[in-house]
Amino acid sequence: MAIDIDVAKRLGERTIAARFTAGPGLTALFGPSGAGKTSILNMVAGLVKPDRGYIRIGDRTLFDGAVDLPPEARRVGYVFQDGRLFPHRRVRANLTYGHDLAGPADRWMSLDEAAAFLGIGDLLGRWPHSLSGGEAQRVAIGRALLAGPEILLMDEPLSSLDAARRGDIMTVIERIRDELKLPILYVSHDRAEVDRLATQVVAIGE
Amino acid sequence: MLSPEEWGIVALSLKVGGVAVLATLPIAFALAWLLARYRFPGRVVLDALVHLPLVLPPVVTGWLLLIAFGPFGPVGRWLESWFGVSLMFRWTGAALAAAIMALPLMVRAMRLSIEGVDRRLEGAARTLGATPWHSFWTISLPLALPGVLAALVLGFARSIGEFGATITFVSNIPGETRTLPLAIYSALQVPGGEAMVTRLALLSVALSLGALILSEYLVRRTHGGRQRYGD
Repeated sequence: MAIDIDVAKRLGERTIAARFTAGPGLTALFGPSGAGKTSILNMVAGLVKPDRGYIRIGDRTLFDGAVDLPPEARRVGYVFQDGRLFPHRRVRANLTYGHDLAGPADRWMSLDEAAAFLGIGDLLGRWPHSLSGGEAQRVAIGRALLAGPEILLMDEPLSSLDAARRGDIMTVIERIRDELKLPILYVSHDRAEVDRLATQVVAIGE
Repeated sequence: MLSPEEWGIVALSLKVGGVAVLATLPIAFALAWLLARYRFPGRVVLDALVHLPLVLPPVVTGWLLLIAFGPFGPVGRWLESWFGVSLMFRWTGAALAAAIMALPLMVRAMRLSIEGVDRRLEGAARTLGATPWHSFWTISLPLALPGVLAALVLGFARSIGEFGATITFVSNIPGETRTLPLAIYSALQVPGGEAMVTRLALLSVALSLGALILSEYLVRRTHGGRQRYGD
C-alpha cells in the first residue's frame, strides 16, 4: 500500500515542505534535527494541518483541499519519541485503549498476540512510571499496533534508549516491517539506524 | 458536647456549603477549562470577573446580590414570576452567596490542574481512535481530577466560612440562614455566649484545617501526565 504525500506548512519563519511516495517496508525520513521531520509525521497523523497539499494511503485520502480526516478516522498508528503512555492507566489499559475503540473489522492483532510479539506479557499489571525506557517503548508500539492501523509512524523511537536496548527495539521494528508487513514512516537523524532499517530513504533538508 | 441548637447550626452550614459547591462545580469547571485552554476576546475581562469576589468587600457582593435577586431585581423578579421562588432570607440564598464567594478559589485550583495536563497525551489518544469528547473523559478529566477534587474541598471550606455577603444578602435568621460564622457573631452579642462561641469557633478551625489538609493531599496526588520513565 503506497503512501502518497505532498504537503507544505509554514511554521513561524520557515516552511516545511515534503513530497514523496512511500512504498511497502520502512521509509526513513532522514535529515538534521529541526528540519521538520516530526511535523511531517504530525501532518500525516492529523495532529497538524498542512497549509496545502494532499496525503493519501492507497486509495484513501486523509487530506487534500476538500478532505481533512480527524486523527481518529485516519487509522494511522503513531509511536512517539517519548512514548506518551497514559500515566493513569496500567500497561494493559494503555494497550487496549485504541483496541477497544477500533471497529472489530479493523483490528488485526489481539492483546495476547501483541504481548507475545513484543515480549511484554508480564508487564500488563504495571504502571507506566515503573517501566524502563525500553519497556515503555515496547508498550507504546503495542498500543499503536493494537488500534489496527494501516501504517505506522515512528518518531525517533530509539533516541531515549541506551545502546543495548536500541538493538532490541530495532529487532522489533524489523519484525514489524517483515513479519507484519506494516508500512512504516520512520523519522531519524542517525545514519546507522537508517542504514540498518530503511527500505527507502527520503532526505528532508533545509 | 453540642446542644441541639448548635447541631442545627452545623447541619445548616454543611447543607449550605455542600449545595453551594456542588451547584458551582460544573460552572467552575467550564470556566476553568475556558480560561486554561482558549484565547478569545474578553478573556481578560472574564478572568477579572471570576476573581472579583476574591477582592471585593464581601458586603458589596452581598449588596449586589440583594439588588439582583431582590423582589424588584432583574433576576429576582424573573425567578418570582416564573417559578414562584425567592432566595431572599432563605438558606438557598445563603448557598448562592457562598457559591459566588467560593467560585474564584475553585476556578483557580481547577485551572491549575487543567493546565498541568499534558496535551500531547490527548493527541496520542486521538491517533488511537478517540474523538475529542472521548479523549476528554478518558484522558484529560481523569488527569485533572485530583485538582478538581481539591477545588471542591477548598470551595466547601470557603463556603462554610462565608459571612459578609451572606448576612448582607439573606440576613441572620436562626434555622434558615444562621450558619456557623453568623452564629458565632450572634453569640458574641449575647451576654454569657462565650462558651458557645468557643465550641463553634473550635469546630470551625477543625473543619477548615481538615479541608486544607485534604485538598493539599489531593493536589500532591495530581500527576497531570508529566512523568518520566526511569531505567
